[in-house]
Amino acid sequence: MGYDPQNPMKDRITDIGPPHYEKMFPQVIKDNYGKWLYHEIVKPGVLKHVSETGAECYTVRVGSARLLSLEFIREVCDVADKHCDGVVRWTTRNNIEFMVDAESKVQPLLDDLAGRGNKFPVGGTGACVSNVVHTQGWLHCHTPATDASGVVKAVMDELFDHFTNMDLPAKCKVALACCLNMCGAVHCSDIAILGVHRKPPMVDHDAITGLCELPLAVASCPLGAIKPATVKDSSGKEIKSVKVNADRCMFCGNCYTMCPAMPLADPEGSGIAILVGGKVSNTRSGPTFSKLVIPFLPNTPPRWPETVAAVKNILETWAANARKYERVGEWAERIGWEKFFEITEIPFTDKSIDDYRLAYDTWRTTTQFKFTSHIK
Amino acid sequence: MPKHETPLMDELEKGPWPSFVSDLKRQAEKNPQCWDIVGQMELSFKDRMTHWKHGGIVGVFGYGGGIVGRYSDVPQQFPGVAHFHTVRLNQPSSKFYRTDILRKLCDLWERRGSGMTNFHGSTGDLILLGTRTEELEPLFYELTHDLEWDLGGSGSNLRTPACCIGKARCEWSCYDTQATCYGMTMKYQDEIHRPAFPYKFKFKFSGCANDCVAAIARSDLSAIGTWRDNIRINQDEVKKYITGDNVANGGGIPGKGEKFDIQKEVIDLCPTGCMWMEGDTLKIDDAECTRCMHCLNVMPKALRPGVDQGASIMMGAKAPILDGAQLGTLIVPFIKMDPDNEFEELVDVIEKCWDYWMEHGKNRERLGETIQRVGLPTFLRVMELEPIPQHVKEPRSNPYVFWREEEVEGGWQRDVKEFRAKHAQ
Ligand code: HEM
Ligand code: HEM
Ligand code: HEM
Ligand code: SF4
Ligand code: SF4
Ligand code: SF4
Ligand code: SF4
Repeated sequence: MGYDPQNPMKDRITDIGPPHYEKMFPQVIKDNYGKWLYHEIVKPGVLKHVSETGAECYTVRVGSARLLSLEFIREVCDVADKHCDGVVRWTTRNNIEFMVDAESKVQPLLDDLAGRGNKFPVGGTGACVSNVVHTQGWLHCHTPATDASGVVKAVMDELFDHFTNMDLPAKCKVALACCLNMCGAVHCSDIAILGVHRKPPMVDHDAITGLCELPLAVASCPLGAIKPATVKDSSGKEIKSVKVNADRCMFCGNCYTMCPAMPLADPEGSGIAILVGGKVSNTRSGPTFSKLVIPFLPNTPPRWPETVAAVKNILETWAANARKYERVGEWAERIGWEKFFEITEIPFTDKSIDDYRLAYDTWRTTTQFKFTSHIK
Repeated sequence: MPKHETPLMDELEKGPWPSFVSDLKRQAEKNPQCWDIVGQMELSFKDRMTHWKHGGIVGVFGYGGGIVGRYSDVPQQFPGVAHFHTVRLNQPSSKFYRTDILRKLCDLWERRGSGMTNFHGSTGDLILLGTRTEELEPLFYELTHDLEWDLGGSGSNLRTPACCIGKARCEWSCYDTQATCYGMTMKYQDEIHRPAFPYKFKFKFSGCANDCVAAIARSDLSAIGTWRDNIRINQDEVKKYITGDNVANGGGIPGKGEKFDIQKEVIDLCPTGCMWMEGDTLKIDDAECTRCMHCLNVMPKALRPGVDQGASIMMGAKAPILDGAQLGTLIVPFIKMDPDNEFEELVDVIEKCWDYWMEHGKNRERLGETIQRVGLPTFLRVMELEPIPQHVKEPRSNPYVFWREEEVEGGWQRDVKEFRAKHAQ
């Protein structure tokens, strides 16, 4: 039968939801659902779960680029058909998991994966840098201040050994979002790479009449920086448009989302900020937000050397100085942020002092501080 | 055959991490549009700017979400990506896939789209990246008829719910995260597909306080597994950790290879100081434990969550736009998550919250912002919940209380003349 363009509503099926998860389980997961007793990480990238029935499930975790082709997915299916009874799983952090039900099946699976070039890096468990949660960037979005896939590739090439080993004091979660919307929710990551704009929007007076509803454009600005204005377009005709009070702008891009005649991206103006010390889990200390430590790094494709070096510096300095179990933020808080800046040799600037709403919460209101090199 | 010169993109084919550029080129042999993706990205790398235009409204009949419109701003140069809409598929809970269904999906998307995907979007959807407007209806037809698979959410609606792996393969899961996620997804299909909310609303389900789906950071309503009785201790296994016969952290945090020290690595790091050794027996004062998961993570063979399990409900988390990021605020400390009564307690919480937010939330106001605007005390009243100390980190330090008239003896109506009779001006 198939789809009939003359009659699109015929036999229409809606609201059936996703396939039921149970249909997707391998046998060992189905049989031991809710019966797992404990797990071990046999070696980097290989997990062993033991059930109260005595059953075992071995998982091989591999990193992926998240942006995947169908040819690649078919290759994943080939591996899963050959070794895993035709089941595969993805994790929240874009890793791929191949599961087998006996130890003897692990090595053949690892050998097979290793024989496929660099497509299947095994790792992402325990005290490692797991895969980078990220967004679309120049691949698919209209508001990015930087790319996503390209930066992630450059960063992971450099941090590769920390993905395939468990040589850190604790796990370190790196995330990237290409604009302040933060589709990837990077705001609670150990190290967050965030695209930021630094030039206020331009107003395309010739296009605005057709593209935007002016009251929506005015209302879109959280800081009230956009006002209605009567201006002349390029033909000299008086039209109703808007003007931007640049001194008030925080470069959030919200106006461009509501009004496409107000573009703000720019090769020099847009780039990357680095935030550190966030955490989602409730282990020991509660969840915390990441904090802005480097306000701006330029966009330097294809390999963003400044960003890669900054991430690596923070990671290696933390790894060398933190106590076992201490996440990046827990370490920085123990030693004090003034020490953090001193040890990492990241220049402290006024951009790290909050002057947005509720700013006062982060100012120091005690006489306790450390005498670091910042005090001349 | 490559259609464009792409020296910058080609640079990203080097290095140990899997290369999305090589992958794009591989797919281009079957879907030539992929050459234009690589080409347009090369141009962005050169210009250091995006070349995508604003979305525009596209979709399938009867649905207000699930498809994100996208057009190139250089379509003459890259006709293959002139239209490049995203299709969001609702992923199966916790993302297990049988290869037969994945292969069917591959065949479908090779015919109807670019051949490129995101496994997965940050919210959890399986993302099919890039197709033309005229392909959308046929694609939806084949998806629902041949694969029995539906779209996820986008726009001001319930976004596709997501959960951790939970009971399928994790010993710590305090409730059935998959059953809950699937149950709520099916119950609220209408809310997912037809935007009727002030703004987006996200559910995420984590089985314990490790929170592997980052629920507390990014969902308007998260359920995070917990227990209210005692941590189950197996003292024999504790001893084996002390002697080194068990490897701490399941081997996941080898550190510098130092010998395991239960005092330093567990007892001293317990945030509430509620653990101690009596001889070689581990003691926990469970009434003081805040169930942070640290000790269980370090000694998975010896310690297990209690058996009276359920979840804590946190509400109002969101990314920073606009007034700053918010973490989920504890609203309901403990509820049972029971598949047998169709998660009645959870549904009750969800619907009370929605009823209020749909009426009082402003346009493009996330739940967390509504709660900030009206105040947590007001929101608790809406939810018909008794205010308890667990709702705050500490009591307020300003005295600016919004007393309500009915709380003050005699009310607010007074006669100023009567006042003047006793107090000369
Ligand atoms: C110290 C804190 C944490 C510990 C001890 C921990 C432990 C674990 C363990 C044992 C697993 C394996 C579960 C399994 O698949 O069998 C796991 C999986 C995972 N964890 Fe965590 N976790 C922690 C924090 C986090 C946080 C904060 C996040 C997210 C921001 C996270 C994200 C993940 C992801 C994505 C997986 C893969 C499983 C999935 O996708 O559901 N973890 N974690
Ligand atoms: C006001 C805030 C936000 C705006 C205006 C916004 C806008 C957008 C836009 C335009 C896209 C399309 C990108 C594309 O073309 O593929 C997108 C994608 C997406 N957004 Fe957002 N976003 C916002 C916040 C968020 C947040 C906070 C999250 C999650 C916590 C999120 C999750 C997603 C997801 C999952 C996608 C799919 C693409 C991906 O995974 O990279 N969004 N968003
Ligand atoms: C809403 C809060 C407050 C109100 C309405 C308030 C009101 C007053 C008033 C009316 C006086 C003058 C009393 C007089 O005539 O001698 C006063 C004096 C004073 N208040 Fe407050 N006050 C407040 C908070 C505080 C706080 C938080 C502090 C200190 C941390 C503080 C410290 C003082 C001091 C030191 C004096 C002077 C007392 C003296 O010199 O004898 N007040 N306050
Ligand atoms: S973070 Fe911003 S630029 Fe990146 S995909 Fe989301 S909305 Fe687009
Ligand atoms: S970028 Fe943000 S702050 Fe600046 S004018 Fe636009 S909406 Fe206002
Ligand atoms: S959130 Fe807890 S229960 Fe769920 S997978 Fe993570 S550790 Fe396991
Ligand atoms: S779960 Fe956390 S608070 Fe409770 S005993 Fe263990 S370490 Fe202490």
